[in-house]
Amino acid sequence: MNVVTRPSIPGETEQPSLATQMSRPSRFGDRAFEWLTLAMALAVIALVFLVGWQLARGSQLAIAKFGFHFLTTSTWDPVAEQYGALPFIYGTIVSSLIALIIAVPLSIATAVYLTELAPLWVRQPLVSLIEMLAAIPSVILGLWGIFVMIPWLKAHPFPLLKTLFGWTPFFEGPIYGISMLAGGIIIAIMILPIITSVSREILRSVPNLQREAAYALGATRWEVTRIAVLSYAKKGLAGAVILGLGRALGETMAVTMVIGNTPQIKASLFAPGYTLASVIANEFTEATTDLYLQALFEVGLVLFGITILANLIAQVLIKTMAGATTTRAVQ
Amino acid sequence: MQSTPGNNRRWRTIKSAIVSALSFIAAILVVAPLGFVFFHLVRSGAGAVNLSFFTQLPKPVGEAGGGMVNAIVGTAELLGIAALIGVPVGVLGGVYLAEYGSARSNRMLRFIADVLNGVPSIIWGVVVYGLVVLRFKSFSAYAGGLSLGLIMIPLIMRTTEEVLLLVPNGYREAALALGISRWKTIVHIVMKTASKGIVTGILLALARVAGETAPLLFTAFGNRFWNHSLREPIAALPLQIFTYAISPYEDWHRQAWAGALVLIVGIFFINIVVRLLTRNPAFRVL
Amino acid sequence: MIETAVQSPNSMSQQVTDQGTHLPTVAPTEVPAFKVQNLSIWYGQKQAINDVTIDIPSKTITAIIGPSGCGKSTFLRCLNRMHELMPHTRVEGKVLFQGEDLYGAGVDPAAVRRRVGMVFQKSNPFPTMSIAENVTVGLKLNGLRKRSLLDERLEKSLRMAALWDEVKDDLKKPGMSLSGGQQQRLCIARAIAVEPEVVLMDEPASALDPIATMKIEELIGVLKSNYTIVIVTHNMQQASRVSDKTAFFYVGKLIEFNDTKTLFSQPKEKKTEDYITGRFG
Repeated sequence: MNVVTRPSIPGETEQPSLATQMSRPSRFGDRAFEWLTLAMALAVIALVFLVGWQLARGSQLAIAKFGFHFLTTSTWDPVAEQYGALPFIYGTIVSSLIALIIAVPLSIATAVYLTELAPLWVRQPLVSLIEMLAAIPSVILGLWGIFVMIPWLKAHPFPLLKTLFGWTPFFEGPIYGISMLAGGIIIAIMILPIITSVSREILRSVPNLQREAAYALGATRWEVTRIAVLSYAKKGLAGAVILGLGRALGETMAVTMVIGNTPQIKASLFAPGYTLASVIANEFTEATTDLYLQALFEVGLVLFGITILANLIAQVLIKTMAGATTTRAVQ
Repeated sequence: MQSTPGNNRRWRTIKSAIVSALSFIAAILVVAPLGFVFFHLVRSGAGAVNLSFFTQLPKPVGEAGGGMVNAIVGTAELLGIAALIGVPVGVLGGVYLAEYGSARSNRMLRFIADVLNGVPSIIWGVVVYGLVVLRFKSFSAYAGGLSLGLIMIPLIMRTTEEVLLLVPNGYREAALALGISRWKTIVHIVMKTASKGIVTGILLALARVAGETAPLLFTAFGNRFWNHSLREPIAALPLQIFTYAISPYEDWHRQAWAGALVLIVGIFFINIVVRLLTRNPAFRVL
Repeated sequence: MIETAVQSPNSMSQQVTDQGTHLPTVAPTEVPAFKVQNLSIWYGQKQAINDVTIDIPSKTITAIIGPSGCGKSTFLRCLNRMHELMPHTRVEGKVLFQGEDLYGAGVDPAAVRRRVGMVFQKSNPFPTMSIAENVTVGLKLNGLRKRSLLDERLEKSLRMAALWDEVKDDLKKPGMSLSGGQQQRLCIARAIAVEPEVVLMDEPASALDPIATMKIEELIGVLKSNYTIVIVTHNMQQASRVSDKTAFFYVGKLIEFNDTKTLFSQPKEKKTEDYITGRFG
């Protein structure tokens, strides 16, 4: 458009035409801006690699020295320079499973209540409360855990569990309060909001047609929920649960404060445990030797690996369920 | 099912009512911890929140009183550094997702951002320790701020993207039809229209990282005194709460409760204000 | 993303240069504003415009009518390359504007749109801006900074859009505070503030009440003296009221193009007759 200058319009008497006073359109600005935003968007990919690379680099020595045994041995002895992460892996998995057992039914039931059953005026306030629960920092929940939850658990529910189920290996032994079970419970509280809100989004994405069809057959509210909604949303709900698992695996501060931080593998849930995240939190600044620090980096690498895996699976499940929700704007 | 329609129907209705009741109880149980935590924070912390809490440095063990002014200021400084890193990257990345890129590449980027969002915060601490602390041989405010800023990136990117997509296409078309270039249209028209939403996303991300402790443990490290340079270790409210909570001293426990109360009030304040300001569905997902 | 394949029909290049050289001397009304040659447009696999050739005269009002889905809006948008905002569009053929190929290599769509403005079906004043800012934003973002000139353009554009008297005391109020009809006239003022040569209008009055519609139609008549206007409308009465020339589109094809009076009184094509007598669409 640079060749032809516009013919002057009769009746418009301005000296230089307006067009000449405007800046020339240049595609440079457009290119530069697009590249700039692209670079920033690509930062997320770069970050994933940065994290993986940094963790792998930081744990080279430990990987070389212990190899696969790092994951399968259970001696964690900085003095003897022996590092096996099995107790932490065990603790992470067990505490997360406890958390899921508690949180999943509550969260999904709450999500069902929020989308299917609750009176309309209850829904928004309840959602806001759940969002506020999500906003509580882990360290504050840990503080509450140490000084309020643990003493209470020790006084009432734990002895009751012991009398009822003390004959099983899971609830035997002395009750200290701080324990794998306490860790699992505090993680459950931390992941309730995320599982609830993602499940709610999933249930909301179930087309109303599904519900109407079931109602038309004379189904009750619960039957509609079970047949039309839950079975339709199965995959997405599984995604929500695994997303919660991902959060549980990486939960750090609150767990560190109540789980007891003892690297051991005990069947009893009353016994103290240790998780991957809490060993890093506790021992990182105390790591006096290179190998010790390297071992902790490797613990980080393991934690990163399993949380990335959990999140990948969760996102795939959620996204295939939610489908193409966002439509493209201007191309 | 068909044999005795009347009875059957009644039983099915009862069952439905039972499930409704159970799900209601579940909802109560889910929000109950919020009530308990807040109740105990107020009960145990309110007494220690006084003027000296906001004006004095922590006192050594054994001396009563003292405050956390250095930690409050430290948290503000860390959030400032975090914002300098997280906001430009997050907002511009969100612009790319909303305005440029093919549907396919954007789906992938979005996916990775969501996965990144699930990386445990302590991992960021470890990574920044390796990148910054080891290299410069010192814990520092910079390192702490960086770890928080990295956490903010995917959060801000996704909220920015979502609010930009809510801007009707008519505005983009109108601006482009005036011969305004694409990037100026995006910056001056689209982003300006969505500015409230973008700011909301930034504030929520700040509120989220304000309470983060794990990434600061070995980056900001904490400091009992004033921090005189951003190259030195710096105090932060959540770190101080943690240190005090796991200490064996009564005085410190009280200070931990007070600090926790101040922190949570700040975080809730941002959350509530922001949500009242913009009743925007983009922020409903956590 | 956007594939723009331009086929140059054989003898056209000669004609282009002819027009180029004649341009300064020939009276504007005699040179067509747009020469569209064998234009076809696809959205993905779907063909929206099928081999359209048409000359749109300068300083006149050309109406484009046809049943919905006939491609009239797509055709309008390809006159300032707005259709490119949709993903996966493909263009074949030529659109010459003042003798220049709008789809030629190195042509910046932003530069095209500066000369060929557009008004949309739904009035869309920028929600964060005042009335005054809405009018001047195009100039400002195109690099014009001079306060006095901006003020001058503001008043002139609002006057031309027959809005000045209604808003001159409220220039600082948000553009969204105006009524629907006023908003649409504000959008027209915004479009003409950058002094385009052509104003494309995509059903500019379809969302307005009859009185507001009448005002817009009057305004279009006034604008004719300074601008080439191409208006898409589904309303045949409107087309016959405001336009000098009318083009009838049907399933992506140009069926008939003639003086408005002639087209409505003595249509040559059976399809046109069926349409204007209300037999379909």
